[in-house]
Amino acid sequence: MTRTSDQLWHFHGGLKLDSNKAMSTASPIVKAKLPTRLVIPVQQHIGKAGQILVKVGDRVLKGQVLAECNEYVSAPVHAPSSGRIVEIDELPAPHPSGLNTLCIVIETDGEDKWVERQPTQQPTSKSPAELRQLIRNAGIVGLGGAAFPTAVKTNPGPQTHIETLIINGAECEPYISCDDMLMREFAEELISGCAIIQYMVSASHCLIAIEDNKPEAIAALEVVIKAQALQNIEVVSIPTLYPTGGEKQLIKVLTHKEVPSDGLPSEIGLLVQNVGTAVAVHNAIILGEPLISRIVTVTGEGVMQPQNMQVLMGTLMSELIEQSGGYHDDASKLIMGGPMMGFTLQSDNLPIIKGCNCLLVENTPPETPATMPCIRCGVCATVCPAQLLPQQLYWMASSKNFDLVQDYHLFDCIECGCCAQVCPSQIPLVQYYRFAKTEIWNQERDRIKSDHARVRHDFRQARIDREQKERAEKLRKKKELLEKKKLAEAAEKETGDTPEVDPKKAAIEAAMKRVQEKKAAQQAASDE
Amino acid sequence: MSILIAVTTLAAISILFGILLGFSAIKFHVEGDPVVDKIDAILPQTQCGQCTYPGCRPYAEAIISGEANINQCPPGGETTMLALAELLGVEPIPLDEEHSNEPEKTVVYIDEQTCIGCTLCIQACPVDAILGAAKQMHTIIESECTGCDLCIPPCPVDCIHIRPVKVEPDTWRWSLPESAQTAPKHNN
Repeated sequence: MTRTSDQLWHFHGGLKLDSNKAMSTASPIVKAKLPTRLVIPVQQHIGKAGQILVKVGDRVLKGQVLAECNEYVSAPVHAPSSGRIVEIDELPAPHPSGLNTLCIVIETDGEDKWVERQPTQQPTSKSPAELRQLIRNAGIVGLGGAAFPTAVKTNPGPQTHIETLIINGAECEPYISCDDMLMREFAEELISGCAIIQYMVSASHCLIAIEDNKPEAIAALEVVIKAQALQNIEVVSIPTLYPTGGEKQLIKVLTHKEVPSDGLPSEIGLLVQNVGTAVAVHNAIILGEPLISRIVTVTGEGVMQPQNMQVLMGTLMSELIEQSGGYHDDASKLIMGGPMMGFTLQSDNLPIIKGCNCLLVENTPPETPATMPCIRCGVCATVCPAQLLPQQLYWMASSKNFDLVQDYHLFDCIECGCCAQVCPSQIPLVQYYRFAKTEIWNQERDRIKSDHARVRHDFRQARIDREQKERAEKLRKKKELLEKKKLAEAAEKETGDTPEVDPKKAAIEAAMKRVQEKKAAQQAASDE
Repeated sequence: MSILIAVTTLAAISILFGILLGFSAIKFHVEGDPVVDKIDAILPQTQCGQCTYPGCRPYAEAIISGEANINQCPPGGETTMLALAELLGVEPIPLDEEHSNEPEKTVVYIDEQTCIGCTLCIQACPVDAILGAAKQMHTIIESECTGCDLCIPPCPVDCIHIRPVKVEPDTWRWSLPESAQTAPKHNN
């Protein structure tokens, strides 16, 4: 049962883009070859990095934990195949910075031998907390791109009631088709995963939202729902408009509700999960398999055979490109993610990580005109899906007015790139927002550090003062004592007879006398 | 007669307000200058003394007394200067030529092979970030080091070296696009 469009709403702005998805959906998902070398970054998610449990030389089995998480917002990483740990070092990983991060390198043995898996036949036999722990142990993070730990997201707290679970299959960004192919080929697993998450958060119904440019996926899911006669899972076909796949935008389209500016969807009784995450949840609970592989779209005009591949985490991108027929002669740019929100990679010698949904190879683009000054046309504000004022944000970010830019809700910007796409002056607006965001975070870190330093400095100052006072006090006492003694001696000399006997002194003298007597007695005893 | 009423009323009012003001001066008495605290909160707390004052708080006090300018804090850079200008409602003053670029964040480390355990650096450190004892090797607690470099001059064997703080992917920052150089300033 598909909802009709009159039961749907619109978010502000958005763009109709050429989808360019057909080039990678022609053939079914291909399983990538088992590589000889797997590079696993320890941190592939939002949150803290895990603690490494293995050392160089260890043999590991497929699915074995390589790094465990000991923070709440964190996720473990697992060995994607069996083999030997050959290196644990700082290596290049896909990140816009191009910096190295700590990676574990496995030399695979080709046996692909699993550790003991613990499947759960009947998820409802376990409590939601137990299932959450299983999801946590399986290292599942949001596979839509943000890579936020799923166990954390599915735990909205005891006060919050989740009414509706939304499964995000919109996949609105051009070129990317991994969710589309996943829905076509893993429809049963997806529905099973939805049911598990729905049970975990006790949501009364579940909406699977898919853009109407994916009729095959919609059909595949409806077949499964009909076959299983599920009443509370519904597929919703939504209009194709970028960026419908944004969490807040999708919620607006489906429910007409607005997520508060600094809030989470759970505050209005909603939980959004990506379709890939739902399948990963199915694999983790029903099969007992951790998140060690994902579907990656290898596409773009610069690659010979665009396709979707089932890839083990840690497989090098260069191998995937090679298995997709290699680069075209005119390939110019490798992007992780889509053309709108992805970032350019400096090399293809980088591993696939949990948040990597697409490798886009662009060919030589037509020469883009140079950036021109802003003419204040305001088109950016009309397309902004977060209802911001991109132009104002741009002025503020470029003049480093970080307080004001936050007052204009910079942090509600989802970096979708609509504003930059329509800008007649070709201003790279999103880059300004990213600059401002990281700059503000940096200032915040500096502030925390300086507050800490102030506390330590004040404490040190207080300690030095206290020590000085204590020393002065001691000195004063000693001086007083000496003076008294001097006075006493002088008095003794003057009068000639013993002055008033100091009781303390008398006690000391008596004690010394006793010791002498004792010594004498001992001497006598030993002489005998 | 009417003049008397007016005088008495005014006298009564002034006595009343006098008592009220005197009472609130005692009741709402504030120790120190709260603006100094606000300035101190903006300063980077390296306690490095590059402003020519012996620490961040003395510099804050000097700014309040009009003795110092707001552009004398090299570790804080332009950001701190702008924040101070905003707080005090004065015009921003450009930093000195040599401090105009954003300062690179550094920490120091001790070459432990060379350290003789003299404790001189420990006494110099304003934030107790050096660990060690007499004739024992010293080491810097990197997370506590503010990069003030005050420990370097006292070291008799020159075993303390400066190194930049390592940028991790988590602390990495996007740079301003090149076209920003041509973008006009936004005034508000």
